[in-house]
Amino acid sequence: MAESVPEVPSGEAARLAGITKHFFGVAANEDVDFDLRWGEIHALLGENGAGKSTLCSVLAGLYHPDSGEIHLDGDRVDLGSPHQALDHGVGMVYQHFRLVDRFTVAENLTLGHPETGFFTSRRSLERQVGELGRRYGLEVSPQAAVWQLSVGEQQRVEILKLLYRGVRILILDEPTAVLTPQESQNLFGTLRALADDGRAIIFVTHKLDEVMAVADRVTVLRDGRKVGAMPTSEADPATLARLMVGRDLSVTERPRTAPGEPVLSIKGVTAEGDRGLEAIRDVEIEVRASQIVGVAGVAGNGQRELAEVVTGLRRPKRGQIIMGGVDITRSTTLERIKLGLGFVPEDRMRTGMAGGLPLAANLALKAYRQPPLSKGPVLSKQAMEDRARTLEKQFDIRGVRGALPTSLLSGGNIQRAILARELSARPRVLVAAAPTRGLDVAAIQAIRQLLIEEADAGTAILMISEDLEEILDLSDEVIVLYEGQVMDRLPRDRADPDLLGMLMAGRGVDAA
Amino acid sequence: MNESVLLLSLASAVVIGTPILLAGLGEMMTEHSGVMNLGIEGMLLGGGVVGFWMSTQQASLPLAMAVGALVGALFALIHAYLAVTLRVNQIVSGLALVVTGTGFASFVGSLNDSSLIYARPVSKFEPVFGEAFRDLPVVGPLVLGHDWVVYMSWVLVAVAAFWLFRTRAGLALRAVGEDPATADTVGIPVGLTRYVYTMIGGAGAGMGGTYLMAGIFSTYQHGISAGLGWIAFALVIFAGWRPWRALVAAYVFGALRNLGFSLQILGVDIPPDVLNVFPFFLTIVALMVISARPAAARRFSAPSALTVPYARESR
Ligand SMILES: Nc1ncnc2c1ncn2[C@@H]1O[C@H](COP(=O)(O)OP(=O)(O)O)[C@@H](O)[C@H]1O
Ligand SMILES: [Mg+2]
Repeated sequence: MAESVPEVPSGEAARLAGITKHFFGVAANEDVDFDLRWGEIHALLGENGAGKSTLCSVLAGLYHPDSGEIHLDGDRVDLGSPHQALDHGVGMVYQHFRLVDRFTVAENLTLGHPETGFFTSRRSLERQVGELGRRYGLEVSPQAAVWQLSVGEQQRVEILKLLYRGVRILILDEPTAVLTPQESQNLFGTLRALADDGRAIIFVTHKLDEVMAVADRVTVLRDGRKVGAMPTSEADPATLARLMVGRDLSVTERPRTAPGEPVLSIKGVTAEGDRGLEAIRDVEIEVRASQIVGVAGVAGNGQRELAEVVTGLRRPKRGQIIMGGVDITRSTTLERIKLGLGFVPEDRMRTGMAGGLPLAANLALKAYRQPPLSKGPVLSKQAMEDRARTLEKQFDIRGVRGALPTSLLSGGNIQRAILARELSARPRVLVAAAPTRGLDVAAIQAIRQLLIEEADAGTAILMISEDLEEILDLSDEVIVLYEGQVMDRLPRDRADPDLLGMLMAGRGVDAA
Repeated sequence: MNESVLLLSLASAVVIGTPILLAGLGEMMTEHSGVMNLGIEGMLLGGGVVGFWMSTQQASLPLAMAVGALVGALFALIHAYLAVTLRVNQIVSGLALVVTGTGFASFVGSLNDSSLIYARPVSKFEPVFGEAFRDLPVVGPLVLGHDWVVYMSWVLVAVAAFWLFRTRAGLALRAVGEDPATADTVGIPVGLTRYVYTMIGGAGAGMGGTYLMAGIFSTYQHGISAGLGWIAFALVIFAGWRPWRALVAAYVFGALRNLGFSLQILGVDIPPDVLNVFPFFLTIVALMVISARPAAARRFSAPSALTVPYARESR
């Protein structure tokens, strides 16, 4: 889409013109124009994979565009590194925070700061951080180590780090993805205060409500291209949704298959997290055949530990897990798999696939123990490859190149491959953690369709997701986890986003 | 055990511990930048053999040490290029360096009908303090009886500790080793930092090797290092990546190397190979003790990005 370069408005803070950036032949940004004014909060809206992070990273000096121009304060600049961007007053809070976990807040702030002397001095830093913190609602203790802070606090440190460096153009990449609704509200307050002081803010999100709530203007990206830009006052959610997705959003009401017998029962399970504290406490969940139970919650409220306890990767301290009438509390992972447990892990590259192995081997990782894939100790390469070819076709896995490593596939195809491996084992129970996180729209729909078909075929599915839309689309019943405890358990027709948001923030509601 | 035997073996533990300390301290700096260099043994032999050759040609031992350090650093440069620029697996590249350095030392040692093997240093490492000091009870032999390399190693320990934990440069270095992506976004040159500290590591190993050959043994033999480089590698882990702890640990390891001689004097016969295993055994015990306590594990564990290559646009 050829957008004409917008007129230079008064008070232009930054302008990107014709930015194109390809990764291995995939266009992450294609001829994107973007302009930013002083004193505004400018939302950058788009689905996962639309190219938002790429565009921001170009402005922040992290990525070098294949072509296109960057103008700051009216001057054309060439940003060779994030450091140079900082020197121009442009800084970014990345989706994955860039803080050294083992350092204190003060050390993180000092790092790379040009004005502190050779020796690390403490007092003036603490004073400045205190002032900035009070002014913008960003209070944190300078002496705390970053790993001890909550995600929300870490985000405050990230923003402080930029302010301390004197940054005047702040880019925040999906800052609310990890926050509770309440924390998001606080962040919006901070952003507004920063904009009122004349700074320019780019706020990346894929949530329409947030755009309407906080932004002055919005630019929409789709498939790497800019598809629209307007003041928020002239925008409405339906228009933005259509721009973002490229078609009307329809909520798929799936016809209910009546749930059958309980297949998976989690009874009063308590387990410790990696730091030795109780990560889940007295969790009660029951999943029936043909039922999808969605577990909602902000990341880090025990979801990972819950999945690990069910799949046998973590031992519970108390409680019982029953699958198909068998007590599997103490069973090994292999025993659970044999009883019919499938698992789609949250971190698909680290625990879902052996990235260095070819796809055929990854697809065989569960079935290799039986014929036809192996006879005794010997693997049949031919059978593995035949099976891989069948599954590729059945699950529409694309981009496979023979024996090349699986990690070269795109996220959506890797996820299809994991589902292919798990579903081809005909599980009775499937635990799916963040099944569509980070995928593009088409892949998300395909994966969700697979899950629905699987449930209709009789599988009991425990789906853990931070994506409320996904929870509401797929679940027959919704469970909200907060600080490791089940806050509430709602049938689909009683769950709505507002109620779930309250519960996810730890606020119980007496009357729904 | 007779008191003077104990004192003497402690004093020589300090001497034997010194090349371990020099090489280990260097490796520690390298690892704080996120680069693991398994090639210490190779750099120690390669740098050491050239340093030793220098010491047989002219009288200046500081010059010989400097040349040994330089050659060690050049060997490390190979590792830096492979591991940082080409992002080759650091274990593979480090092991390749062991083979390269060892082979290089054998080659140099065999030149001219192995004349290097019969050569001796022109001058010796003399004690720094006069006899009056050295004859003082206990502190004489233990503290005041050494040559300048031992005192230099103490200064280096202090400098390293100060540098790492009290200066901005040290903070930047540790940031590169903990989280290179973060370091990059705040303007710390990740690649350059890794190159520099990898070469500093090589310099430490080269000095250690030179001191071993020109100082402790006053001779070169094939395989003279006998796994000292690997002990230096274990030292870094045993010391929890802290310089002052490395000082103590180096002398513990040195004492273990000595124990064989002492025990033989006392008539106990333990094969030296068994004693050589002890540093590694101790390191494993230390790891077990540390990992049992989460707070300690967090403080004394490896830099988070150790062996992880960094490229800005990859993810
Ligand atoms: N460093 C990278 N290496 C390879 N591909 C990338 C990289 N960064 C982004 N991409 C690809 O570019 C596209 C846009 O990604 P991104 O900018 O992260 O989107 P968004 O932030 O809107 O979700 C995706 O297809 C993604 O896979
Ligand atoms: Mg993104």
